[in-house]
Amino acid sequence: MRDAITVRDLTRRFGDFTAVDAVSFAVRAGEIFGFLGPNGAGKTTTIRMLTGLLAPSSGSATVAGLDVGTRADAVREVIGYMSQKFSLYGDLTVAENIELFAGLYGVTGARYDDRRAWVLAMAGLEDRTDRLTAELPLGWKQRLALGCAVLHEPAVLFLDEPTSGVDPLARRRFWDLIDGLSERGTTVLVSTHYMEEAEYCHRLALMNRGRLIALDSPSGLRGSLASAGSLRGSSDVGDMGDVGVRSSLEDVFVELVRREGGAVVG
Amino acid sequence: MRGPNPLRVRRMLRKELRQIFRDPRMKRIIFVAPVIQLVVFGYAVNTDIRETPLFVVDHSSTAESRRLVDALTASGYFRVAGQSDRPDALTRALDRGTAIVGIQIPPDYAADLKAGRPAALQVLVDGTNSNTATVAQGNAARIIRGLAEERLRSGGASPPRGVDLRIRAWFNPDLASRVYNVPAVMGVILMLMSLLLTAMTVVREREIGTLEQLMVTPLGTGELILGKTLPVALIAMVQLALITGVAILWFGIPFRGSLPALLIAALIYIVAGLAFGLIISTVARTQQEALMVMFLFFLPAIILSGFMFPVFTMPPVFQWISLANPIRHFLEIVRPVFLKGYGVAELWPSYLWLLAIAGGAMASARLRLGGALR
Repeated sequence: MRDAITVRDLTRRFGDFTAVDAVSFAVRAGEIFGFLGPNGAGKTTTIRMLTGLLAPSSGSATVAGLDVGTRADAVREVIGYMSQKFSLYGDLTVAENIELFAGLYGVTGARYDDRRAWVLAMAGLEDRTDRLTAELPLGWKQRLALGCAVLHEPAVLFLDEPTSGVDPLARRRFWDLIDGLSERGTTVLVSTHYMEEAEYCHRLALMNRGRLIALDSPSGLRGSLASAGSLRGSSDVGDMGDVGVRSSLEDVFVELVRREGGAVVG
Repeated sequence: MRGPNPLRVRRMLRKELRQIFRDPRMKRIIFVAPVIQLVVFGYAVNTDIRETPLFVVDHSSTAESRRLVDALTASGYFRVAGQSDRPDALTRALDRGTAIVGIQIPPDYAADLKAGRPAALQVLVDGTNSNTATVAQGNAARIIRGLAEERLRSGGASPPRGVDLRIRAWFNPDLASRVYNVPAVMGVILMLMSLLLTAMTVVREREIGTLEQLMVTPLGTGELILGKTLPVALIAMVQLALITGVAILWFGIPFRGSLPALLIAALIYIVAGLAFGLIISTVARTQQEALMVMFLFFLPAIILSGFMFPVFTMPPVFQWISLANPIRHFLEIVRPVFLKGYGVAELWPSYLWLLAIAGGAMASARLRLGGALR
């Protein structure tokens, strides 16, 4: 299968500061690809470059086979984007937000009716179409934002810390939706700093100080570190419950960042 | 380059109008500001000097001297604010500001007149406000001269020969400042609205983060600009109709020109305002900043526009600078269109200037906005 996203030596500098440093990776079509890393690791900057919000200093990237540097207009037609900032219009109603974004994405006629019904059902907002978006609880807002980002059934969906600030239940429900999108062939690139969310991803890219320091499946990441014998505490990651899995992934993460940090400093 | 997609522009336009009319703050700005400006400039700001307080020291106390005071007050330009037979009372009145003009009539005023000798009068004027002083002085001199000529004529003698100066003000015979100010208020309100609404709606989206969300959709820079500016232009045109209506029907300002001449100028002028609003929105990060930058631009632009002080009285440097000021050119169109019945044929240089400013500003707004977003 063709790669949905390819990134080659992507770099972004802000003055002397290198936010993203020669990052390369590829995301397979239909994959849920997780971006993991501490604040300031360069996750958001990478996503902003892939969505055409920010020009790279050097390097190249393609999204759905289109070069983000030269075909930015075409890229915007086939991607969906949702950021950590809740970014629908609070002073518009649920229905008005859907209408606006459907119009911007050119979703009209019978397809519009279908997609509108689908988004309302997905977000559980069928009875609240005339409510102002600002009055909705955060979890619902976020589901609506996701719905508006996929109204046009994009090939690639970018989610920048989409669940920050939501309660665990709403977060679980949100990830069920992402799973559903992925099953229907949407490629999802998602950044997060919630460890339990990393478990939902097919593959994880660990970022630190603008560099990609590891790229593997969640189990692969745990395994590589366990075999290296540097994991403190339990290295038994076979059939553990949620909590155990989470703590060990977190250990992998902390260990890798610590090593990386050490290498840079000393 | 692709042309604007009508569907996207339409949806943006609908969204903007919904948001603007849902925001009580915006509604106040749109509807209250023009009313206040019209009332202030239609009623309060009055540079006609009528009812100037006059202090009279009459040492003569004769029918002749009373006739003089009557002539002054009957004109409507003066009212007697105080009277005394002691000169220091006059000084005090001028000091305290209870009188702007003082007149002192000497004891032998009536006797001199009867004897055919030149009679002396002292007129004192408070020069603190040079404009008021000049006008009051002119009024007093004109009335007193009129009285003297009348006396000569009734006495059978012909007035002294020489230059007979007869001044008539054209286009605004009463020299009413309202006639001059109200059309200009249009220029101020249209600029204020197009600047403010455009800058605020764009910066607000930047603050909330929705601007970024818009930029990852296929919405192009041109479509964003159209979606943002068309609703403001619509509102500005409604206000133009409103102000023109009030000016003509309520304030009785004569409208001697053609409606198309006014409309064309207003359209170009509004586009200039929208473009400057967009430029401000690329400079400012927050709404407060936008407001500050706006007034930094707006206040000097008003002062250098000829709204209050004529452009030709400014030092040459400022006259040059004001050539880039859209408000100046709009006022140079709107006043003659109203009062002189001029049109594009007479005022084409001002139209061209406006067009150049609007085009240049819009091009740079587009560049800056495209650059700021990508």
